[in-house]
Amino acid sequence: MSGEAKSESKFEPKIIGFLCNWCSYTGADLAGTARLQYPPNMMAIRVMCSGRVDPGFILDAFSKGADGVLVCGCHPGDCHYIEGNYKCMRRMPLTQKIVADFGIDPKRVRLEWVSASEGARFQEVVTEFTEQIRALGPLQLRDYKFEPEAREVHHVEA
Amino acid sequence: MSKPKLAVYWAASCGGCDIAILDIETKILEVADFFDVVFWPCAMDVKYDDVRAMEDNSITLTLFNGAIRTSENYELAQLLRQKSVVLVAFGSCASEGCIPALANLYDKESILDYVYSQSPSLAGGNGLRPQTSVEVEEGTITIPEFWNTVRTLPQVVDVDYIVPGCPPQSNQIAAVIDAVVDILKNGKPLPPKGTVLGATEKTCCDECERKKDVKKIKSFKRPFQQVTDPDICLMEQGLVCLGPATRAGCGAKCVSAGIPCRGCYGLPSNVRDQGAKMVSALASVIDSSDPGEIAAIISRIPDPTGTFYRFSLADSMLRRTHR
Repeated sequence: MSGEAKSESKFEPKIIGFLCNWCSYTGADLAGTARLQYPPNMMAIRVMCSGRVDPGFILDAFSKGADGVLVCGCHPGDCHYIEGNYKCMRRMPLTQKIVADFGIDPKRVRLEWVSASEGARFQEVVTEFTEQIRALGPLQLRDYKFEPEAREVHHVEA
Repeated sequence: MSKPKLAVYWAASCGGCDIAILDIETKILEVADFFDVVFWPCAMDVKYDDVRAMEDNSITLTLFNGAIRTSENYELAQLLRQKSVVLVAFGSCASEGCIPALANLYDKESILDYVYSQSPSLAGGNGLRPQTSVEVEEGTITIPEFWNTVRTLPQVVDVDYIVPGCPPQSNQIAAVIDAVVDILKNGKPLPPKGTVLGATEKTCCDECERKKDVKKIKSFKRPFQQVTDPDICLMEQGLVCLGPATRAGCGAKCVSAGIPCRGCYGLPSNVRDQGAKMVSALASVIDSSDPGEIAAIISRIPDPTGTFYRFSLADSMLRRTHR
């Protein structure tokens, strides 16, 4: 789980990036081909559309140790499936609200539009987001796992 | 031949599940006839020590309702697991946390502080907190420890089956009992472990008879703010209805009466987080492409986390607040 293993001084954020196949993943590819440097903290997961990113994916990433989640899709109006990115755009504020209620800083979730030609923008987004998560520090999930041995179990009289 | 033994226990619950079992009307006589009820705190006086004295695996079927909130709940969950052949997480509290688990949005300290110091009904509060043990002349008195986090039954012990619902509907309970009797009497095979009994694989929308069309929502309303059309999908009328993210099995009772689904039958099959699924279903149908307008529409949903996770917070992916 997050937190324990990482020491504050050498904290390297673990970031999950959901990149849409048609724009952002190609944009990331372009950044690579152009040899643009950006932090290696983001693990990219290619999805067919940002509209495919169920809010559950984001919560799942946090529950499994991610410190931040980045979702990248085509610019509004450019979606390969016409309006998948609008669906993503509508879900994001509600997802951030829920994430905040669970005590996780909503700044740990970000939605960005990156087109296939924006390799430089992809570099910028990933660099900036990684620094933001680094500043926020590791995500600590409190009392998440059930650890019965850690508890003082009282014998109950009845 | 001796009768199969039945136990019913309540942990952190309201007692509604016990009432729901009694609500199966005359069938309760069949239950009493077929089973030997060995433990049912709501209905009869049996001490925990009597259960401790029972042989392991001597109880054929235990219906365990209620969430795991205190050390007592946990101890009884372990005890009944040890004594039972089949342990069923019965009702929403045991299977997914239900209302008691909404307390997971706070922590132990802030809950105790509110109850013992801040609550408006208290005259000031004297800073006292419950202690788990105290020495008196006659010896040591103990009370169970209040946990920081509400857990579901499957999170703390091995569970065989799940019966969802808050409470499970009486016709579904009757059907489950019929199935159990059939298994025990006629040697029918047990369903695979982990099966959700007394419900279907689909969602509440599947059972709902309202007319459903393309959903486009410009503003969310609460039930008292409008007179609802009796025939059209409640979500299309701007109400936050959890039907799309809730398992079918209740017979769509609330929605038939014009009240939006609250989600008590829990997650449908193949869904891991009811609230996240609801965010997905609800936000996708907002009729706007302008970020400002979307934010304004969403702000009209009162307490989205408490609404979407009303019944499933302890079982959700994030389980509790991590503040």
